[in-house]
Amino acid sequence: MNIAGRAHCFGDDINTDYIIASKYKTASLDPRDLTRHLMEDIDPGFGQRVRPGDILVAGKNFGCGSSREGAPLVIKAAGIGVVVAPSFARIFFRNAINIGLPVFICDTAGISTGDDLAFDLEAGTGRNLATGATIQAAPLPKVMINIVRDGGLAAHIRKHKTFQLA
Amino acid sequence: MAGKTIAEKILSAKSGQDARAGDIVVASLDLTYSHDGNRPLAMELLESMGTAKVWDPAKYILFLDHHPSPNAVSAAAHTKLRAFARAQGVQLYEMGDGISHVVLPERGHIAPGDLAIGSDSHSCTGGALAAFTTGVGSTDMAAAMATGQLWMRVPETILVRCTGILPRGVGAKDLALAIAGHIGADGANYAAIEFAGPTIDALSMDGRFTLTNLAIEMGAKAGLIGTDAVTEAWLDGRLKRPWSHLNADPDAVYAQIVDIDAATLTPRIALPHNVDKVVAIEDLVRTKVHQVVIGTCNAARSSDLAEAARILEGKHIAPGVRLIVTPSSRDTMVASMQSGVLATLVQAGAVIATPGCSGCAGGCHFAVPDVGENIVSTANRNFKGRLGNAESFIYLASPATAAASALTGWITDPREYAA
Ligand code: SF4
Repeated sequence: MNIAGRAHCFGDDINTDYIIASKYKTASLDPRDLTRHLMEDIDPGFGQRVRPGDILVAGKNFGCGSSREGAPLVIKAAGIGVVVAPSFARIFFRNAINIGLPVFICDTAGISTGDDLAFDLEAGTGRNLATGATIQAAPLPKVMINIVRDGGLAAHIRKHKTFQLA
Repeated sequence: MAGKTIAEKILSAKSGQDARAGDIVVASLDLTYSHDGNRPLAMELLESMGTAKVWDPAKYILFLDHHPSPNAVSAAAHTKLRAFARAQGVQLYEMGDGISHVVLPERGHIAPGDLAIGSDSHSCTGGALAAFTTGVGSTDMAAAMATGQLWMRVPETILVRCTGILPRGVGAKDLALAIAGHIGADGANYAAIEFAGPTIDALSMDGRFTLTNLAIEMGAKAGLIGTDAVTEAWLDGRLKRPWSHLNADPDAVYAQIVDIDAATLTPRIALPHNVDKVVAIEDLVRTKVHQVVIGTCNAARSSDLAEAARILEGKHIAPGVRLIVTPSSRDTMVASMQSGVLATLVQAGAVIATPGCSGCAGGCHFAVPDVGENIVSTANRNFKGRLGNAESFIYLASPATAAASALTGWITDPREYAA
């Protein structure tokens, strides 16, 4: 699966309240209605500026905080193709894979907002077209690759009735 | 073969294999629970798993805790959850019954050695009973509701060894904040934390829950405390099924050992907007307080409210300060009424909120602060905008510090007020 797009960079410890504020949890049940509030408290206007195909780049511990699946769902609804960070908070990491939002674990120090990035998610490789640097991802556990291949956890369970570890 | 950590013991028992840190297992669940706060609701996803029924209705519990003062959208969600509970024959705790992480242990739903998941990040709280309890999102929860199982990576464990007795006026919350400041917001990501040592042995169960509740703010999958006589006394009369003591093996392998000296600890404050931005109260610049919250699943149990009442007894909070007290459960509220603690707090100027998440997150539509205001809260999160206003500032503290600050109108060291 190949994804290319423009980077939007954020810092370390971006929590789920920053991705979508708790006060919007009951504002609408459709994540598409909430995309304009994406990252609102830390980057007002981001939700309006972001374009389908853009790539969200962050520092360590992306998605810490709440277990709300609304966080990856709103990112996905905004059309973001992949979230790239050196580490993800555990619950967000599982949620993103479960709902079919690709994540890419790699060093992001050399990436700046506006850089054009290209990723081969299956191979775990990428390139920063602005700097020419190559990017290498940490591998995902096999069960997560199986979930992604099946199109998310719901489809995985429908198909296998259990979790396919191997 | 080396001994096992608490996490390795529980995940071995629940997966039926010799599980060691780093292994990926499919484990059977003793308990699953969800609340009214997050969308999509796990029950809405159950059918997408190809099943209409919860695998075992006795092992799934619903809580209406996040929206004790519902708006139209959350009222509709409540109706859905009630209908689901009736149709599936699962237990539902109503609005006003309290916060899941407090009610579950209190009402005897969690036993040492259990494996439980909640669709809430603070599900790690139950680890104070040596149960592996952890938070997941709605899709993982729906898969668990359908199959009774979850895939898990057996976590490495960080041992936090606490020695020394906490000084007067310094409590479990100060210890928890000190550890969070030390480990950092992601220092325990993907790992479990075991809290042990003489300081922990001397802590009440209320204090232990405050500690394990904060494990997720260090990124941890679980916060665990072995069982002892304190656990046994607390479970007596609450837990209706047989249970056995559970502790790590003396030769268990830890990824890291952190030593904390509790005897020299002073009250701690987490500054806005990060839980790990922790300072000693004596290093804090003079800070005005507009609102004080004694609430949330972190530190609003009976002994927390009693501690605040000891400081506020016969006094009144400073003019211009709002004091919001949210007992964390119905049982806490009743006990605090019977002991006179609530009367003391109300006489001192407190507003009492419905047991539940009131005063913790903006989604509760309660205690939303104004622009530029400072809040002292006994909560576990001080993220920007957490209370519904991104232009306000949340300082996390112990119930004693919160009460002393309400009294003076400034963030105040409680040691001069502590009885
Ligand atoms: S009190 Fe706060 S942290 Fe605890 S479950 Fe409720 S919203 Fe979450």
